[in-house]
Amino acid sequence: MEAGEPLPTNPPLIEIDAAELVYPNGTRALQPVSLQVPRGEFLTLIGPSGCGKSSLLKMLAGLQAPTSGRVSLGAPRPRLSYVFQEPTLMPWASVATNVRLPLDLAGVPRGEAEPRVQDALALVGLAGSAAQLPRELSGGMQMRVSIARALVTEPALLLMDEPFGALDEITRNKLDDELLALWQRRGLTVVFVTHSIHEAVYLSQRVVVMAARPGRIVEALPIDEPHPRGPAWRVSQRFAEHAAALQNHLLAASEAQP
Amino acid sequence: MKHTRWALPLALLLALLGLWQGAVMLYDVPAYIVPSPLAVGHTLVADWPLLAAAWWNTVQITLLAFGVAVVLGVAVAFLMVQSRWLETALFPYAVLLQVTPIVAIAPLIIIWVQNTTASLVICASIVALFPVIANTTLGLRSVHPGLAAYFRLQGASRWQTLWRLRIPSALPYFFVGLRVAAGLALIGAVVAEFVAGTGGSSTGLAYQILQAGYQLNIPRMFAALGLISLTGIAFFALLAGLGKLCLGRWHESELGGR
Repeated sequence: MEAGEPLPTNPPLIEIDAAELVYPNGTRALQPVSLQVPRGEFLTLIGPSGCGKSSLLKMLAGLQAPTSGRVSLGAPRPRLSYVFQEPTLMPWASVATNVRLPLDLAGVPRGEAEPRVQDALALVGLAGSAAQLPRELSGGMQMRVSIARALVTEPALLLMDEPFGALDEITRNKLDDELLALWQRRGLTVVFVTHSIHEAVYLSQRVVVMAARPGRIVEALPIDEPHPRGPAWRVSQRFAEHAAALQNHLLAASEAQP
Repeated sequence: MKHTRWALPLALLLALLGLWQGAVMLYDVPAYIVPSPLAVGHTLVADWPLLAAAWWNTVQITLLAFGVAVVLGVAVAFLMVQSRWLETALFPYAVLLQVTPIVAIAPLIIIWVQNTTASLVICASIVALFPVIANTTLGLRSVHPGLAAYFRLQGASRWQTLWRLRIPSALPYFFVGLRVAAGLALIGAVVAEFVAGTGGSSTGLAYQILQAGYQLNIPRMFAALGLISLTGIAFFALLAGLGKLCLGRWHESELGGR
């Protein structure tokens, strides 16, 4: 099935063509799905546990190969970064060392890496915490470090797997706003996985609704509200309508059989 | 809180020694059955040249054995985490070393190895080896799965993953292994000396205990025993301090969970 048309003027950055995932034990994690993501889009995948949204994200990252079908990232292959649900920081290393890790692994010389680390930390508002250890930071700040580590490689594509799922709502809302600002400023393409209907509506240009058993895409809903979106958007009538529509789609998807 | 950690055990020790001294004086127990703490202290001072030389011998054996066990144990652990095949092949032998009573094989080793010091070191190393292997292997495997996924995603080499992820992750476990191994090296050294008996010129504390036993010099037995215990406590404290120094501020967060 086709979920949403790409904008004609913008060649898709991601093309997923009938990608299917079957585990060796025969479990069908994902039945063939097709999806195109244009360059610069903020796309959200939402659905219940077991709908394959994380598997789809892992396929995009190359952490998981599809059993059949094709997942292609535009040519030249865009630089991508992955943000996990947990901050996944090295507890023994300072914030700066953690952020520098992808550069170190890629063999970027220290002198070139340091200013980039400083820039990335400044982007997430943690310039003053470079020397601290992760455990000295709050959960929200640790997540910011994780985002800084993702941004330091200057990716074109940001894959985020429920990055703010473990945070309290106030912190989550704040980080949502910061993420949107970064997305706009950096011209990023973001594929964002979440459980939260409100977060999906607040952030996305398009929400892909998925269903479980077997994992599949049931609908792609555009959220046609211009960015930047402020706190007023969160309490607007149209926000509520979008959230209600999304809620209905999720309900219908959970009841319908494939 | 900081003071009670050593003040409480010390107070208990003094109370017990007082009780001991009182009981010996009250019931007029002869020194060749149970000497009073004061008598033991007196012997310790009077026999100091003899006991100090023996103590130094035992400490040398212990330190050598500890060094051998650490170097060998770490090497084996690194080998075992490199491949499941090697681990499957080696692990039963590591367990074999652990479960074989050292008193049973010490006579053989002492017969086979002419050099007394070398045979004692071998015996003590065998006793101390297993905790180093077991803890280091466990540590090298106890990598946060999210961080491991991140390293994979970044295309980290085997060497980078070992150096930047596995070794730091293993350090807390390694230090636990060191603490256990230090105690066992001392026990192994003493046991081996007991088995070796009078052989050789280098005579340790165990030999002094044996000799004092033959001569019914019970206060000297207690003095030698006390020295062994104190040495064990000192090793333990030293390694605990070293671990704190190396792991710094992060290890509690790593072992205690967030």
